[in-house]
Amino acid sequence: MMTRIFPAPAAILRHAALLVTAALILAPFVWMVSLSIKPPGEIFRASFSFWPEQFYGIENYTKAITQAPLPRYMLNGVIVCASILALQIAVCAPAAYALAKLEFAGRDLLFALVLIALLLPHEVLALPLFIFGAKIGILNTYAALIFPYVVSPFGIFLFRQFFKTIPDDVVHAARLDGYSEIGIVWKIMIPMALPAAIAFGIFSVVSHWNSLFWPLIAVSDANLMPPPLGILTFRNEEVGIDFGPLMAATVIVIFPLTLVFLTAQRWFIGGLTTGAIK
Amino acid sequence: MSLPDRKHEARQRGASPASANSRSTKLADMLAAWTLAGPALALLIVLFFLPVLAVFVIALTDWQFGASTLSFVGLENFEEVFADPGFRASLFNTVAYVAIVVPGTIILGLAVALLIESGKSFRAFYRAIHFLPYMATLTAMAIAWEALLHPTIGLVNQTLTGLGLPTANWLRDESTVLPVLAAIGIWQNLGFAMVLFLAGLKSIPQDLYHAAEVDGADLWLDRLRTVTLPMLGPVFMFVFIVVALKAFETFDTVQVLTQGGPGHASEMLLFTLYRESFQYLRTGYGASVAVVFLIIVVALTLIQARVMDRRVHYQ
Amino acid sequence: MSAITFDHIRKSYGATQVLRDVSLSIESGEFLTLLGPSGCGKSTLLRILAGLERQDGGSVRIGDRQVDDLRPKRRDVAMVFQSYALYPHMTVAGNMAVPLRMRRLNSWQRLPLIGKLLPGTRPTLAEIDSEVSRTAAALGIDHLLARKPGQLSGGQRQRVAVGRAMVREPAVFLMDEPLSNLDAKLRVQMRAEIKELHKRLGVTFIYVTHDQAEAMTLSDRVAVMLDGELLQVAPPRDIYADPHDRRVAEFIGSPKINTLDGAVIERGLMATSGAKLSVPESIAPGTKLTVGIRPEAFSLITQPDAPNVIEGLVHLIEHMGSDLFVHLLVEGMNEPLIVRLHAERAPHIGSGHRLVVGVKPTQMMLFDEAGHRLQKTAISESRVTPIRETA
Repeated sequence: MMTRIFPAPAAILRHAALLVTAALILAPFVWMVSLSIKPPGEIFRASFSFWPEQFYGIENYTKAITQAPLPRYMLNGVIVCASILALQIAVCAPAAYALAKLEFAGRDLLFALVLIALLLPHEVLALPLFIFGAKIGILNTYAALIFPYVVSPFGIFLFRQFFKTIPDDVVHAARLDGYSEIGIVWKIMIPMALPAAIAFGIFSVVSHWNSLFWPLIAVSDANLMPPPLGILTFRNEEVGIDFGPLMAATVIVIFPLTLVFLTAQRWFIGGLTTGAIK
Repeated sequence: MSLPDRKHEARQRGASPASANSRSTKLADMLAAWTLAGPALALLIVLFFLPVLAVFVIALTDWQFGASTLSFVGLENFEEVFADPGFRASLFNTVAYVAIVVPGTIILGLAVALLIESGKSFRAFYRAIHFLPYMATLTAMAIAWEALLHPTIGLVNQTLTGLGLPTANWLRDESTVLPVLAAIGIWQNLGFAMVLFLAGLKSIPQDLYHAAEVDGADLWLDRLRTVTLPMLGPVFMFVFIVVALKAFETFDTVQVLTQGGPGHASEMLLFTLYRESFQYLRTGYGASVAVVFLIIVVALTLIQARVMDRRVHYQ
Repeated sequence: MSAITFDHIRKSYGATQVLRDVSLSIESGEFLTLLGPSGCGKSTLLRILAGLERQDGGSVRIGDRQVDDLRPKRRDVAMVFQSYALYPHMTVAGNMAVPLRMRRLNSWQRLPLIGKLLPGTRPTLAEIDSEVSRTAAALGIDHLLARKPGQLSGGQRQRVAVGRAMVREPAVFLMDEPLSNLDAKLRVQMRAEIKELHKRLGVTFIYVTHDQAEAMTLSDRVAVMLDGELLQVAPPRDIYADPHDRRVAEFIGSPKINTLDGAVIERGLMATSGAKLSVPESIAPGTKLTVGIRPEAFSLITQPDAPNVIEGLVHLIEHMGSDLFVHLLVEGMNEPLIVRLHAERAPHIGSGHRLVVGVKPTQMMLFDEAGHRLQKTAISESRVTPIRETA
């Protein structure tokens, strides 16, 4: 049936069209990699080829790692993203459980607050949060990068929706088995809501790993910068027009997340599109 | 009897006359619930509600960062903001940028989704490639775009020269800078729209295509018009709003590539907000921009909520 | 001339064979039902006829045309889908107009806005409108024309789906489990309406169902399918009374037919684990057989030592109003024997009683080891149809 509707010429056209769009999509990636392995002389030559005549990758990548504290940036990114995610789950899951499975005065009001908070773009809050951070003296520390994101309205919302699909009887059975309420959250609800937890984890890590706006405001010490801010600083200060090492640095920043994405594509796409309702 | 058991029991009794200890049971229930939800509530207030209130208050005062006094000045800050040609340019640029990015993203995302879905081979491969820009670190990719658009050594100008076409200094030319940023915006968001469209296409019942074929919709275009596009209607509206929101919130590319220049040609709302609040420390002005930005985003999100109701129509 | 011919149709999905060499001829104006459990290939056969799927081998003819290479549009068939497959964004009138628009307007005239300006579009549209209203009136759905499918009840949607198929007056009507989404009461009512519709239109109907009551009440002939094979094609009465295959006998009839395995021990007599039954003299001793006996073929008797008698312990009684279904535990049998008795003739039966039932040799259906019916036995009292080779 497929073959009748899309006979061979149509299939070829499909691949041709998709290969063209794919090539356009990949152009910046390809160019980035290409420049990162070229010597300065070839970069500034007015003709182009993907593969360099003289492979200069080792020099460029060494320079990227030694001239800028790139490993440090990556480590900062890991520390910040892991802390944010751990705190978000620790704060959001119990609240989501209370909203989904317990009855208490003020529950609807609390949920309304969550929904309103979901509406607020974080950039709008940056100014007061900056002032708040300055007042309690945590600007330019890891804490400054982490604290605005400790509670995620989206996380509460997502977990609540998922917890609601778990039958009440599971909760009742757990209580009869002697679990405490907080025990039910960690031992019963989270394991049962694992797909939601993974989707939220991917959404949270990717968005904070890639975030530039708040780190730009919160830290100025190079030792604390997460990768996006780090690479921006690297471009502004160190290299000027030295493209090879700069491109090498961008490749290094892009690489880990891209690799994980390509191996766990389905989970990533699921997680990031779930995040779209935020 | 443990606390949850009693709670369960209390619920089962429902509206029956209150037993002697029902008051204390209810109290214990409340205590459990608020212990679980309390931290989240406290943090929501401190990190979301007080700040958003503060933004409104600051926008109505002459307070400067670091100053110890403040007085209310009414809407003076807003008057200043809207009288500022820089802000007006920023607002106009943002709207223009959104007006390019949203249709571009939707049309290309839909086209790629239809192409991918029309065959069976290499689906995951094409999907992964087109989605890649959406998850790649935009700051780093903007630097790569800068190299690509470089006036002399960039691939774009080299290709144009090779084809004998005129070149441009894309990011330094007032007439090209905004369209180029929009192109990057489309490049980044297209895969996201594609994924949502693919999910929408999958959820169209196969029977409808079969019915259309039996009814005589022979041509691909007929099936597209009788089944595919109408059935994608709700997804369409959803993608529209989500992409519009993302486009309004564009910051990274402006910050990395143009700093709003040349002149005000590529200045956009979030960049203005950032520069006025944190570089020039014009606190009241920055807060007013934040309020304007908030109003736009909330309006869009509310429209989205209304639009999502439309899904019910087709049920 | 037959209206539709399937000629050695084969179809597989990967390693699964869904249709194994199916051949079938359907007369013009006939109401034929494809009956079988889910997964037997009946829907696939229907879809191949409609042109929605392509067979791996064999060919299909509609009238005197070979249609294998024709698109659905050119085959002049209309179809009612199990899910109705109504276009949710169109009104009822819009839904019913689609098949006419697709046929009578060319691709330029179908374009939005511009199409309306082209010569000939408006009169054709008016014509389509009036035909849609006429069909809707005939089906009693004319008051629903402005509504959307989402605002209709299940029965109304079903009528709209029928209307969409009917409006273009096709030579062949295909229905794929059209009633399975309705509740029981409505199903009976719609069943009568479909029967009425067939009588009125006089065109060929091919109806797919897993429900034997639908098949038995609606059809001129029933084609029983199992595992991609066509087992028997016959009028409903013969399918029940004269099954050619053990699987057909077991599939048709509720409660299910009783089957007793055994072997011929001497000329004219076979032994099953629970009883001794007489068989035609012509069957050689040692032959393994299965006897099928419908629950209503039994009658109560008094002398337990007569031939063709089975004795058992009443295990369960199901009261069905006019009838009783008695489950008898028979020594040596794994499953209870089910006996259907008239309620007034067996008022005294209770659980735990011993019961003796007898059966006439003419009511026993004999199947060989492969499950084929042994022709030699006299069958139903009504008429004996020659067994046709099937598939």
